Formats: sequence, C-alpha cells, structure tokens
Amino acid sequence: MKGAAMALGVLVALFAIWEVAVRALAVKPVILPPPSAIFAELAGDPLWYLRHAWYTLIVTLGGFALALVMGVMLAIAIVESRLLEKTIYALIVGLNSVPKVAVAPLFVIWLGTGAEPKIAIGFLIAVFAIVIDMVLGLKSVPPDILDLARSLRGGRMATLWRIRFPCALPSLFAGMKVAISLALVGAIVGEFVSSQRGLGYVILSAQGTFDTARVFAAILVLGVMGVALFWLVTLAERLAIPWHASQKEYLPTA
Amino acid sequence: MSARSAAGIEVRRLRKQFGGLSALEEVSLSIAPGEFVSVLGPSGCGKSTLLRCIAGLERPSSGQVTVDDTPVNAPPAGLGMVFQRDALLEWRTVADNLLLPVDFRRGDRAAARRRAAQLLAMTALEGFEQSYPAQLSGGMRQRVALCRALVDDPVLLLMDEPFGALDALTRDQMNIELQRLWLAERKTVLFVTHSITEAIFLGDRVVVFTPRPGRIAEVLDIALPRPRRLAVRGGGEFIAYASRVRGLFEDMGLLREEA
Repeated sequence: MKGAAMALGVLVALFAIWEVAVRALAVKPVILPPPSAIFAELAGDPLWYLRHAWYTLIVTLGGFALALVMGVMLAIAIVESRLLEKTIYALIVGLNSVPKVAVAPLFVIWLGTGAEPKIAIGFLIAVFAIVIDMVLGLKSVPPDILDLARSLRGGRMATLWRIRFPCALPSLFAGMKVAISLALVGAIVGEFVSSQRGLGYVILSAQGTFDTARVFAAILVLGVMGVALFWLVTLAERLAIPWHASQKEYLPTA
Repeated sequence: MSARSAAGIEVRRLRKQFGGLSALEEVSLSIAPGEFVSVLGPSGCGKSTLLRCIAGLERPSSGQVTVDDTPVNAPPAGLGMVFQRDALLEWRTVADNLLLPVDFRRGDRAAARRRAAQLLAMTALEGFEQSYPAQLSGGMRQRVALCRALVDDPVLLLMDEPFGALDALTRDQMNIELQRLWLAERKTVLFVTHSITEAIFLGDRVVVFTPRPGRIAEVLDIALPRPRRLAVRGGGEFIAYASRVRGLFEDMGLLREEA
C-alpha cells in the first residue's frame, strides 16, 4: 500500500508539471489540453463516461474469461497429447507473431456489430498468453515430483489434477496478468472497428470532432480500468497461491 | 502391525544401459524383510539406478527385480520413496503433503490423519501441520518427506541420498531419527548414500559399489548393536568398517594419498 501511495504521488506531481507547462507555453488545447480541462470534461457528465466504461469492462471481462477457459483447456490438451503439441501448439506459437488486430474487421463481418466481435477480438489477443504460460507451467513440474507421483501409482488424470495443475498455477497467473491487459486492448480495438458504445467509440468519435479533452478523459478512464483489472488478478493470485515464492512477503517463515 | 509389514527384495543379474552407456552390470542382491541395507558408492556409479529399478521407475535392460516374489514392471504397491530434494508439494501444507499417498489411492483421509499426527509427533514436527514447505528449514522439510513416505504403512522404503543436501549437523540428527523410526516400524529399507559414515551407521549391511559401470564390490555385515548412538562412530569396530570401505575405494583408484 505504501508503494501505491508513492505511485499516486508521482502521478499527481506529473499532472502538476503538465498543467504548469501547458499554461506557461500556451499550448493549444486541441493539441494538448491541461489536466484541469480533462477533469472538467469528466466531471461534466460522469454517468455518460461510466456507461461507456461499463460496456468496455463487460466486453473485456468476456474476452478474458473466454481466453482463460479455452486457454487452460487447450494447454491441458497440448501437454497430454504429443500429436497436439507438434501440430496445434507449433501453430499457436507461430500465429502469436501475427498481428491479431489485423483480423478485427473480419470478426465484424462474421459476428455483426454487437458485443460478440469485440469479445472475440479480446479473446483472440489474450488467449495466446494463457496457452503459452499454462503449457510452460504444466511442463515445469520437477522430475522428482513426477517420480513421486509414479511411485504412488498415480494415474494420468490424478497426476494432472493433483500435481501438474497446482504446479502450473504460478505460471498461469503470470499469463493472466498479461492476458487481462491484452483483453482490454482487444475490446478497444473492437470498438474502434465498429461500435456505438464503449470507451473505444468515445475516443474515435471525439477524435472526429477534435475534442482532445474528451479523448484524454476516455484514456484516463481506460488507464484506471487497466490498473484496477491488473490489481484484481494480483489479488486473486494472492488468494489462490499463498504458498508460492512470489507471495513470500505475506507468509511468515519458521 | 499387519502380517505383511515388510517386503523382501530379490535382484537377479540386473543390467541397465542408457543408450550405449552401461550404468549397472550384473547386480545380484537379496534383501530380507525388515532389513536396512545401505548402498554406498561414488557419484554416478549406478546406485540410484538400482534403486529406481527396484522402484519400477526404470526398466532393467536385462535381469529381474522381484518384490515379495512379484516381478517389478511398474511401481509396486506399498512403496515409500524419499528423494534427495524433498519433493514436497509447495502448494500443500505439511498435513496435506502427508495425505498425498492416501489421496492418490482414494483412501480414508481420517485414518491417515491420525497416522500423520503420530509420525509428526515422532519427528518433532507438531505444531507445523498447517505450515507450507516454504516456511520450513531444509531438515524439517526432509523430515516431512520421510513422514510422507511412511504415512501409508509401506512395506518397502527406498531412499535416494535423502540427506545429501543437508548440513553435517542436521544430517547427524536425521540419521538418529531415521534409525529410531526404523526401529519402531521395521520396514525394509534401501538407503542410497555416498557417505561412508552414514552407510555404516544406519545399515545392517553395506553394499559397496564400483564406479561406472556399477557392480557390487563387496557386501559388509555391520554387527554393531542397536540402537546405535552417534558416539559409536568413534569406536574401534566402526573405524575398522570404515577403513575396510576406504580400502576398497583406494583399490578402485577413487582415493589416493599421494598427489
């Protein structure tokens, strides 16, 4: 919490420098509005921003949840099957380097202009992080622990469930932290391509009228949302894997 | 204690090759139920391979291993193993780590809990049931691993250099505790180590291995009365056994006095 307070202090200081610099140098508001104008824009109709932010949040969480479920199932299938590892996993690693944003217009053609194509894009961008980190986690079980499971005559499913899966959790959470931010990127890209709602739509329409303060206001809300989502995943991690070395500061030692 | 509380092991002309490399050559060994056998040898002599073949984790290239007259093709029932690094599950508390063997065979958790509590008391680990392994010292972790290997009343305990990563003092302490547990439970134990002192202190017999490819150089019967105290290591009999083993290692060219 002390770290969070300090980060907030730095942010306030940056806003202050920004405010002073814009005024002193007489920068046109259409190029760079001062923070005070951005906050005034937000305060003008907070409910309107909240409504759009809510839409973007739902789309983001939809894409993230889909990526999490599908990604974990895919990773398990890949680790359990040599054939899938050689085919699908190789393909996934390759496809990860293709800019997924480029296929966004296709989803609009396929799924229309509702929430579905945005969720689909969020899913597509986020799922790679989940699959790749989960596969890594499932495969990083120390060999003596696998020997232990065999010596206890553990079957494939029991070993997967009792050994591999918990062992992969720290890696999965690392993937989830990346994926939650990527799902937000996906949601915004989806809203850019076609939408009448969401923060992506707010940014795009404000850009059309050169309402720079509104663009910044939407970006600010997005920033807060991104940080909050990341923090939620971190909180879930702390609750789910209190035993892991990354959580050591919360665990007393004997 | 049940009728079948300790298993007999028969190793016949066991050979094991990895690729073109021979790890074990013609190893034959017979271990009686309830016997404590130390396997001693230099690093990489195949003593761990022998243990893994008996555990059913490794398939022999030729020869045969039987546990209670049943050929070993997969890990036999009633097997307890302790590894060099404790192999504790970091996400399970001490108490839940001890329940792993029972969970794997979908056994009765309540009965296992009582047995676990008894073992934890015997190894001075009471009060740490709800601790995670990351909160324990190396010696405590290895004691938990030992308890886990014993919790399901195994007929055979295989230990692969279990105290090799511990400091000398903790290691002595673990030797005492292992002897006490063994005297109370009388499991058949195969104990792999590269410490001459540890092998003699713990074993009814010490099986000395040659460097790769591993063969049995000699089997020593250790006639020291039990329970053995640490002070026994300074006694004449103990020193005689130790110098006998050291002599074997010198003959193998593993120990040289002159530079």
